[in-house]
Amino acid sequence: MSILVDKNTRLIVQGVTGNEGLFHTTQMVAYGTNVVGGVTPGKGGEWVLDGKLPVFDSVKMAKAATDANATVIFVPARFAPDAMFEAADAGIPLVICITEGVPVQDMMRVRNYLDQKKIRLIGPNCPGLLTPGEAKVGIIPGDIAISGNVGVVSRSGTLTYEVLYAMKNLGMGASTCVGIGGDPINGTNFLDVLEMFEHDPKTEKVIMIGEIGGSEEEKAAQYIAEKMTKPVAAFIAGQTAPAGKRMGHAGAIIEGGAGTAADKIKALEAAGVKVAKHPEEIPTLF
Amino acid sequence: MKLHEYQSKTIFSKYGIPIPKGRVAATAQEARQIAEELGGRVVIKSQVLVGGRGKAGGVKLAKDSAEAEQLATQILGMEIKGLPVRKVLVDEASAIDKEIYFAITDDRAAKKPVMIASAAGGVDIEEVAATTPEKIIKIHIDPLLGLREYQARDVAVAMDLPREYWKDFVKIAMGLWEVYRNTDATLAEINPLVITKDKKMIALDGKMMIDDNALFRQPSLNEMRDTDEDAPSEIEARKYGLSFIKLDGNIGCMVNGAGLAMTSMDVIKLFGGEPANFLDVGGGAGSEKVAAAMRIILSDPNVKAVLFNIFGGITRCDEVARGILVAMDEVKPKVPMVVRLVGTNAEEGRKLLENANMITAETLADAAKKAVAAAKEGK
Repeated sequence: MSILVDKNTRLIVQGVTGNEGLFHTTQMVAYGTNVVGGVTPGKGGEWVLDGKLPVFDSVKMAKAATDANATVIFVPARFAPDAMFEAADAGIPLVICITEGVPVQDMMRVRNYLDQKKIRLIGPNCPGLLTPGEAKVGIIPGDIAISGNVGVVSRSGTLTYEVLYAMKNLGMGASTCVGIGGDPINGTNFLDVLEMFEHDPKTEKVIMIGEIGGSEEEKAAQYIAEKMTKPVAAFIAGQTAPAGKRMGHAGAIIEGGAGTAADKIKALEAAGVKVAKHPEEIPTLF
Repeated sequence: MKLHEYQSKTIFSKYGIPIPKGRVAATAQEARQIAEELGGRVVIKSQVLVGGRGKAGGVKLAKDSAEAEQLATQILGMEIKGLPVRKVLVDEASAIDKEIYFAITDDRAAKKPVMIASAAGGVDIEEVAATTPEKIIKIHIDPLLGLREYQARDVAVAMDLPREYWKDFVKIAMGLWEVYRNTDATLAEINPLVITKDKKMIALDGKMMIDDNALFRQPSLNEMRDTDEDAPSEIEARKYGLSFIKLDGNIGCMVNGAGLAMTSMDVIKLFGGEPANFLDVGGGAGSEKVAAAMRIILSDPNVKAVLFNIFGGITRCDEVARGILVAMDEVKPKVPMVVRLVGTNAEEGRKLLENANMITAETLADAAKKAVAAAKEGK
């Protein structure tokens, strides 16, 4: 068991013929992910990966031909909202959007529309999902993680890799790693993923990687205190970040004294979570 | 991106929101001329991208054009919260009966836009929000439906606004929604929205923030950007699509990914160093971008060591290594450099840098310690 993706996932790739899309599709297939097709409008009928993967003009056509149940989006920011709407209208129940830089107002419309259709969105501006040994959906390098019983959830991309790599070096494996993305308006938050890990029999412990800005970590702390039976260790990035400056992620900004690392660490520690001083320390906290 | 008051009000006016007559001036002579054209009393308002201008003495009332010139001279020589005043707005003065706060912004937790209003508007709105939050009205807007007129009326009712003003208020609210929607604003604020003694509703002050991620479809707003408050290195970084913030330390950082970049700063500090900057080269950075990033880092004379922490995912380590080589060839850096490459194409990257005379590291903690030590030696 794992959460969200496994060897039964039938994945399509939106933006499969683009530079990034093709590179990472190759990596996903090499990892053993069950990629069943790709979508690029205007390139339907072509094949990629040496004729092994069919390309379709629309998500609807791809779904009809492949019975896909998940899609990963690699299209540029200006086309990403449309790609998410299209996936939702084609009835794909799990949408993972890797694209960074999607405008906030677009994301509000996308999120409200997908919620109405009860579609699970991961991202945008996220590294995707990795269930080691079964499926890699997105851009997390496959060789930095091994299979195990630790659920990992993170707002960051490369910082997540850092933690997976440190875990692997200690012989600690992940059940599933979920990158929820660094944008202020995203599809799935910490709380959703913690709930999934709490109910996943394979997951015995959880690592949570947060950062400054917003209040999702505080909400997660409340859930951990009230509902969670599995141990949680955490790291919060941005302890030295100055207030009022946007630290790359649109969500990573300390506004009017709220959303600081100190506040989040305090809330997590009060909920019984062990908080690491640096990322490589996290796996040693259990 | 923040807009100035005069820019925000010009946009409001295009959407049918009444604003005072007035114009912006860069010199005291211009201010005098505008005051003459307007006749009567005028308000001279400093145009800087910070709040609390009034309390800092940056907003003054002048009884005639001569006084307008005198006050403009004074205000144009001021600095407010460290920012020099380069422009003043000269507006006709209004006889104010009542001040309202009205804004549309993103409620990130609710994933929806929200109208925020209060009958207790004006300079002390933060105080009102903190001490009497019940006086702040919040109504969410469905982003798929947009603002409906009945919702604007609900706000008017909740504020106890007399019926005679409902029509004007609804028109202003619908206008502000269009402003917010069409400009990709993250904040469109009127404070105060005044009712004048002759019973007119006017947006006396305005403030807007635009979503940087949406500027690709807002070319006219992009041109309005005032870069006065940004460090030159931050402006240069923006040209290359780099996310860069200058800090006061002496260890330059180049990292891919915002979370990891923040963490690298944290870890440098944990081991007794001070980061000179935040720099996220972004996902999938090519060698050209990496070279630009390196030039920007090395242009800071405080930098005594540089830490490269690249964990390849969408970014390929060999591309980064090529960028580092291009930049080293061009800039000929004299400070020690610590490099850590892990992830996608890390092997190829390391091979490219084999002869580049750089300090290598395996883990982030190791890299940070080495950078801190190198910076101390370089002093």
